[in-house]
Amino acid sequence: MAVLVIADHDNASLKDSTNKTVTAALALSGDVDVLVAGKDAKAAADAAAKIAGVRKVLLAESDELGQGLAEAVEATVLPLMGGYDAVLTPATSQGKNFSPRIAAKLDVAQISEIVEVVSNDTFVRPIYAGNALETVQSSDAKKVITVRATAFKAAGEGGSASVENVAAGAASAKIKFVDQQLVKSARPELAGAKIVVSGGRAMGSAEEFSKVIEPLADKLGAAVGASRAAVDAGYAPNDYQVGQTGKVVAPELYVAIGISGAIQHLAGMKDSKVIVAINKDADAPIFQVADFGLVADYKTAVPELMDALTAAGK
Amino acid sequence: MKVLVPVKRVIDSNVKARVKSDQSGVDLANVKMSINPFCEIAVEEAVRLKEKGVATEVVVVSIGPAQAQETLRQALAMGADRGVLIQSDQDLEPLEVAKVLKAVIAEEAPGVVIMGKQAIDGDNNATGQMLAALLDWPQATFASAIELSADKAKVTREVDGGLQTIEATLPAIITADLRLNEPRYASLPNIMKAKKKPLDVKEVATLGVDLKPHLKVLKVAEPAKRSAGIKVETAGDLVANLKTAGVL
Ligand SMILES: Cc1cc2nc3c(=O)[nH]c(=O)nc-3n(C[C@H](O)[C@H](O)[C@H](O)COP(=O)(O)OP(=O)(O)OC[C@H]3O[C@@H](n4cnc5c(N)ncnc54)[C@H](O)[C@@H]3O)c2cc1C
Ligand SMILES: Cc1cc2nc3c(=O)[nH]c(=O)nc-3n(C[C@H](O)[C@H](O)[C@H](O)COP(=O)(O)OP(=O)(O)OC[C@H]3O[C@@H](n4cnc5c(N)ncnc54)[C@H](O)[C@@H]3O)c2cc1C
Repeated sequence: MAVLVIADHDNASLKDSTNKTVTAALALSGDVDVLVAGKDAKAAADAAAKIAGVRKVLLAESDELGQGLAEAVEATVLPLMGGYDAVLTPATSQGKNFSPRIAAKLDVAQISEIVEVVSNDTFVRPIYAGNALETVQSSDAKKVITVRATAFKAAGEGGSASVENVAAGAASAKIKFVDQQLVKSARPELAGAKIVVSGGRAMGSAEEFSKVIEPLADKLGAAVGASRAAVDAGYAPNDYQVGQTGKVVAPELYVAIGISGAIQHLAGMKDSKVIVAINKDADAPIFQVADFGLVADYKTAVPELMDALTAAGK
Repeated sequence: MKVLVPVKRVIDSNVKARVKSDQSGVDLANVKMSINPFCEIAVEEAVRLKEKGVATEVVVVSIGPAQAQETLRQALAMGADRGVLIQSDQDLEPLEVAKVLKAVIAEEAPGVVIMGKQAIDGDNNATGQMLAALLDWPQATFASAIELSADKAKVTREVDGGLQTIEATLPAIITADLRLNEPRYASLPNIMKAKKKPLDVKEVATLGVDLKPHLKVLKVAEPAKRSAGIKVETAGDLVANLKTAGVL
């Protein structure tokens, strides 16, 4: 059995979710190749070649792959699938965008967001916002799988795979990239961060959100997250949303400030190692999952926390 | 332009799903069911397009049991014109749903399909992309803004890291994200009117689509529960506890 992993990267560097997906792939087979599809992505391909356990890295480059067009990624992967029994993609927005297309073209099911590999054909995946875990067995000859990266350990370095160029598939003429507005931040990336500080509706405004949440995040070296309510209200960009329909995170420490703890939010953070909640309502559902709860108004609690961290040498 | 909106009947988003004790699935008996929230957003967008004079007809289609008629009526009450139920008592996987929708599209010939990005039960986030691939139509997923002209759709998408804008030549598949719009509440007169709107029911078998399952559910289990920890009195206590826990 040979497995292809489709890398998550920004051309210049490889995202940690790729290493985690390689771990899931290695549970299926010892023959794991990684495809880096992008533009000027040699650096990302070289990084993939260093992942322990990777047999070979395939590099496909074009403008359309650089723009991440789903049609182009699918057209790049399909001709390669003759040589593979499974294709695994991290379940990022980008992965979710193209992976189902590959499944449909192969006439197989997609096994979405797996959190465990039970055997070559059997996988565990969360459904109903993580309130149930489904074990499914696939009868398809080729498996198309997306991987919830937070559920797997990152494969380490130490590999020395070769990098080989492969042809980039063309997107259809019916789709055109116009532009993009990406949020630039010097903070760690939400999906892979060790510490996440999230703010909710309680912030009340974008100014307050950045005044309260960002300094605390910077003090802790943390990434910033938000509830849907905070994103919908424009306090934080869409990319910050943690939850069933946003990003799933599992950091060492998750700090929820002024977030009530709706099921949809919990779905995105309840696998964090340690959860802290600051909320003025002692009955807020977030306290049911928090290891440490502080019932307080964030307006006084967060400055006090900043001071306590300073006193502790942070 | 005709707009087709697939809508799915799912557990209401305010209800916490419970696993059956025999681990055969999630208990849906006597549970409140509603239109999938993302499908509701898709219906709202289609109805707004009609109100703006861009769309001429909004057709909603659901694949599911007889009760999915209620879901279709909910969409009709929001302003859709006509409903189609493809009746199936079998649980279909996204690929099969996409194949059924492809057959419906062959009959209805819509100019654009707007659907939810994800159903909150299966959480697959796959059907729209599969449908686009099967039809060889362009796809614009996770839409937070749609500008429709006679032959093009300019769509702003929520992607990792921010927003992306792409332009698709119609016909195309668009999937709705949370921030595309805020769906209206159906008014009582519109709920009454919806009861008289046309709703066709067809058996899925009449479409001649291969519905062979690819996945077998071996079991559905409850995830490990997280237990509540302790309440701390002050920020200082909090920091001390975090140090002990080794996360600072
Ligand atoms: C289909 C669907 C998908 C969804 N997906 C997501 C998702 O991915 N992610 C997500 O987060 N949500 C999601 N939601 C929304 C979710 O149901 C909740 O509405 C949302 O998480 C609430 O955000 P919140 O906790 O910030 O706001 P609220 O529920 O309003 O909570 C605010 C909290 O702040 C506290 N508070 C207020 N003032 C203060 C103060 N001064 N000091 C301290 N505490 C204070 C209050 O006690 C309250 O607990 C989804 C909903 C649906 C229907
Ligand atoms: C009672 C019941 C029990 C089930 N149990 C299981 C189970 O245990 N395991 C399992 O894998 N599946 C089960 N299913 C099927 C599963 O819930 C999904 O219907 C199926 O996997 C499709 O995935 P999704 O809804 O997550 O698709 P997504 O790809 O997340 O859906 C995206 C969009 O596709 C459209 N769409 C999807 N389905 C339909 C539809 N039927 N009609 C119209 N439009 C639609 C909607 O616009 C939706 O917003 C069950 C279904 C039912 C009715």
